[in-house]
Amino acid sequence: MSTATASRTSTERTERPKRPFNWGSFRTYISAVIILVWCLAPFYWMVVTAFREVGYTFDTTPFFTHVTWDNFTTVFDESLGNHFGKNLLNSLIVGAVTTVVALVVGVFAAYALARLNFRFKFVVLGFILGASMFPGVALVTPLFQLFTNIGWFGTYQALIIPNISFVLPLTVYTLTSFFREMPWELEEAARIDGCTQGQAFRKVILPLAAPATFTTAILAFIASWNEFLIASQLSNDATKTVTVAIAYFAGAQPHQEPYTAVMAAGTVVTIPLVILVLVFQRKIVAGLTAGAVK
Amino acid sequence: MSTELEKPQTTTAAAGHRLPGRESADRKQVTQGRWAYTLLAPSLILLAIVIIYPVINAIVMSFQKDSGLDPATGFFSEGGPAGFDNYIHWLLQQCTAPGGGTVACPPGTLGAQFWDSMGTTFFFTVVTVAFETVLGFWMAIIMARAFRGRSLIRAAVLVPWAIPTAVTAKLWFFIFAFEGIANKLFGTQILWTGSEWPAKWAIIIADVWKTTPFMALLILAGLQLIPDEVYEAAKVDGASTWQRFRLITLPLVKPALMVAILFRVLDALRMYDLPAIMTQGANGTTTLSILVVQQIRQGFNTAAALSTITFIVIFLVAFIFVRFLGANAVDAATTSGKAK
Repeated sequence: MSTATASRTSTERTERPKRPFNWGSFRTYISAVIILVWCLAPFYWMVVTAFREVGYTFDTTPFFTHVTWDNFTTVFDESLGNHFGKNLLNSLIVGAVTTVVALVVGVFAAYALARLNFRFKFVVLGFILGASMFPGVALVTPLFQLFTNIGWFGTYQALIIPNISFVLPLTVYTLTSFFREMPWELEEAARIDGCTQGQAFRKVILPLAAPATFTTAILAFIASWNEFLIASQLSNDATKTVTVAIAYFAGAQPHQEPYTAVMAAGTVVTIPLVILVLVFQRKIVAGLTAGAVK
Repeated sequence: MSTELEKPQTTTAAAGHRLPGRESADRKQVTQGRWAYTLLAPSLILLAIVIIYPVINAIVMSFQKDSGLDPATGFFSEGGPAGFDNYIHWLLQQCTAPGGGTVACPPGTLGAQFWDSMGTTFFFTVVTVAFETVLGFWMAIIMARAFRGRSLIRAAVLVPWAIPTAVTAKLWFFIFAFEGIANKLFGTQILWTGSEWPAKWAIIIADVWKTTPFMALLILAGLQLIPDEVYEAAKVDGASTWQRFRLITLPLVKPALMVAILFRVLDALRMYDLPAIMTQGANGTTTLSILVVQQIRQGFNTAAALSTITFIVIFLVAFIFVRFLGANAVDAATTSGKAK
């Protein structure tokens, strides 16, 4: 890391009028290109491979050649024992229910943490933060036995309940930091106009909080959608999610990894997320870094 | 940071004492307290059900014998209390011998892998977090500058973050295939996922690719809190670029940096997806999480002991970070506010 780069960090943060060519900004652009390539090249390679004929799996041409849709047909082909459509639906169900539950419950907790004075607030926040860092394996063992005993193994709730353990803390934490930055004077105004605290919350704050809640919902959904460990242990063929399906994707030949099909499956799973992330980029960055740093 | 102090509800509660003259904050706190816990109750109850109950359950299980064929007697054993046997099994790598008594676990059994996988887990954690911190800091510094296309970079770094880890694992597995692009690009013929050190590095590279953006964004948020005036003043005083970085940027970004490192360390300690998919834990890439999952099929109670050990290890690391290294995430959260 060059030392010159460090000092420029904030001094050049604000846009300045165009200046003659200088090496500092040239170096910035070179670095920017390196970052761009490093972040996007593997993703690009996945998409290129997804559209490539199986016979050219290991072709190294860096742009789209031997383009075909076959891999996507293979992904959704059920004759090989894959049920990718079903897996997508499972991920969607688990992700949506987890997100909704976490938001409905978490929004109240976040309001309390952001707005109210109470004893042991520090402890409560520490507990919630600790919960989000909790290792998944510590849940899998007891839940595996519990769900087997009560016949929940291979049900949706067997996946949703453990997912809540990390999505709910994430939701509460993100919402809390969002709520702290909202124009709460409006709540005071509503109280003065005769609203109760509950009414002020429902009629004034909730509509204002909608964008923050939406961003948090995206983060929560992505977290649940990407979950692998719990789903790989507590799901069966009926409830298998996409991440598990991709990890154990079956090809036509038993001992040959179906690379192109797997890349196509990866593309199907990833493209919606990437679009979502790019569209809501600013909000998501704000949500990701909320609280932890600001 | 002075703006934060004007928010009584955060700072006073966090500090545990109230400043005088805060419009009857005491009375307010009593009524607010009840309301607050009413609002918090659903979340806390739900978390208690999904986390505390399984943890207590796991601890109880870890002190029970697994039912199954008892290697000592050859008869089916119903289980029963085991004392610390399950913990001794892992920590001292002691297995039950066929004729009774205990012997060192034979190589190849899960019991013999405990300390190896502990070492692997910490190796992955230290190496990946070190790379991610340096790379992430560099990315953050670049992203903090003003240049055309800056928002493009900020969008691009979110792509690896958004891709599911399972897909990341498959993607890098393909890149590191024997005939894959990595070998062709570097003109090497390495069996990346098939031998010990290449497999470790393949996993490290995949992890660094996937999680550096998160680190970079957290550090960037920290960098943006440093006011320009501080740099201007230092420049006027004649500080060199290196001095400005070392004496201004580093200390001022340290709280954000420590929290980012804490998050990443705790995340890396429970690493499962990448090695599980890329190598299935073969070639010295078995992390603690993988060992737990492999043990589940062989005996719940022994697995419960191992998952409890994993939990305690992660808890201790978090404690050390918060207590001695000043990575106070809770503090950062409670005193947070819009700085700009």
